[in-house]
Amino acid sequence: MGLRTNPKACYRSYMKVDLTKIDQIINQIIDKYKDDEDVPYISILQDINDEYRYLPEEALYRVSQKMEVSMSHLYSLATFYKCFSLVPKGEHEIQVCMGTACHVRGASRILEKVTRDLQVKPGKTSENGKFSLETVNCVGACAQGPLVVFDGKYVGKLTLNKIEKMLGGNHEKDNKTS
Amino acid sequence: MVNFTLNGLEVSVEKGTTLLEAADFYGIEIPTLCHDKGLSPYGACRLCLVEIGTPGRSRLVSSCTYQAREGLNVRTHSERVIKARKLLIEMYVALCPSSKVIQCLASKYHVTKVRFSPKHEDCILCGLCVRMCDEQMQAKAISFVNRGGRRLVSTPFAKKSEDCRLCGACIYICPACQTRCQGPQEENILCNACLNLEPPCLEKFEDVMCYMDPCVACELNTDKKPNK
Ligand code: SF4
Ligand code: SF4
Ligand code: FES
Ligand code: FES
Repeated sequence: MGLRTNPKACYRSYMKVDLTKIDQIINQIIDKYKDDEDVPYISILQDINDEYRYLPEEALYRVSQKMEVSMSHLYSLATFYKCFSLVPKGEHEIQVCMGTACHVRGASRILEKVTRDLQVKPGKTSENGKFSLETVNCVGACAQGPLVVFDGKYVGKLTLNKIEKMLGGNHEKDNKTS
Repeated sequence: MVNFTLNGLEVSVEKGTTLLEAADFYGIEIPTLCHDKGLSPYGACRLCLVEIGTPGRSRLVSSCTYQAREGLNVRTHSERVIKARKLLIEMYVALCPSSKVIQCLASKYHVTKVRFSPKHEDCILCGLCVRMCDEQMQAKAISFVNRGGRRLVSTPFAKKSEDCRLCGACIYICPACQTRCQGPQEENILCNACLNLEPPCLEKFEDVMCYMDPCVACELNTDKKPNK
């Protein structure tokens, strides 16, 4: 066993997140689901994800301890579902549809514009932590293309001017402060 | 008890027995990749498929997950099964040519060509290691992460796991971890070194020199044998 002098070290090295909130969430959920046979780990992770806009490693570790579930199971869930993120997300989430219909109507120009205006690459979060940009393949509203989902709201029939308006205050404010 | 037909044989097994277990019990060999007797069935590799139903309206099912039913007509070595099985082995060889288990299957089931471009993966996602770690070692240190084409087996956050007991069971059971032999041949995606239906000794000697008498392969060849 000489190899594993401090087995907890690997998780402990990540103590930055405020854990009281996580404990609160978990306790609430235990109350909510205590009669269920199957513990809804996904709901727990969703609540944590909503709270922090991502799943902090320390939070997963806490859940695994409290709910007596293996870390590997939680990690497997967290990486399987697209709604979870393991790295911090920005305040606003922007998804640019790159599906066929939107592509034909010029989605790549839209993406270019958003990338340039917000200074964030697809799949990444801008440096000031304000925007996360993602590309998706068809959100099922092709008639509205080209289309962007801004914080869960569908903004369709986009033109370059319209994007400007949509991002509106947001990115201009940023530019002034930065 | 459940009564059904297995390769034309009237058999009966206990309720809840899978077709693979039934075949095993009656001495019929079905190749598997993702199955192990000590672990729960998973049905990922499809190598264990068998044909059920009457000819013409039959379908292929994975025998490791399909439970025997009353009156079922199961064929484990029909033409369709053999064809599908060989195709699967061919694809597995292309997926992971470095695996001894897969190369041995190829030799055993007479897969002598591979028409797909080699992928050289080091994992075939059979899930044996994950189930081994969970069900037998009770450690739950590893799991599948990501999905689709990016799926792989890993510890949480790809860090050294504190749950791992360093037992090595995952490596023991992994069909991709054992590397193939290469023999005296050139580097080739298909090993086939054990493809031994025709004893190589016959080229030099009149008799097979392995002393496995009678050797089926030799008997098949008696009329073709040149007089030396
Ligand atoms: S060595 Fe670790 S990961 Fe592998 S089976 Fe054992 S406990 Fe699980
Ligand atoms: S690592 Fe080996 S045992 Fe585990 S899923 Fe991959 S091929 Fe199967
Ligand atoms: S292609 Fe964009 S919504 Fe369908
Ligand atoms: S052994 Fe049945 S699917 Fe793999």
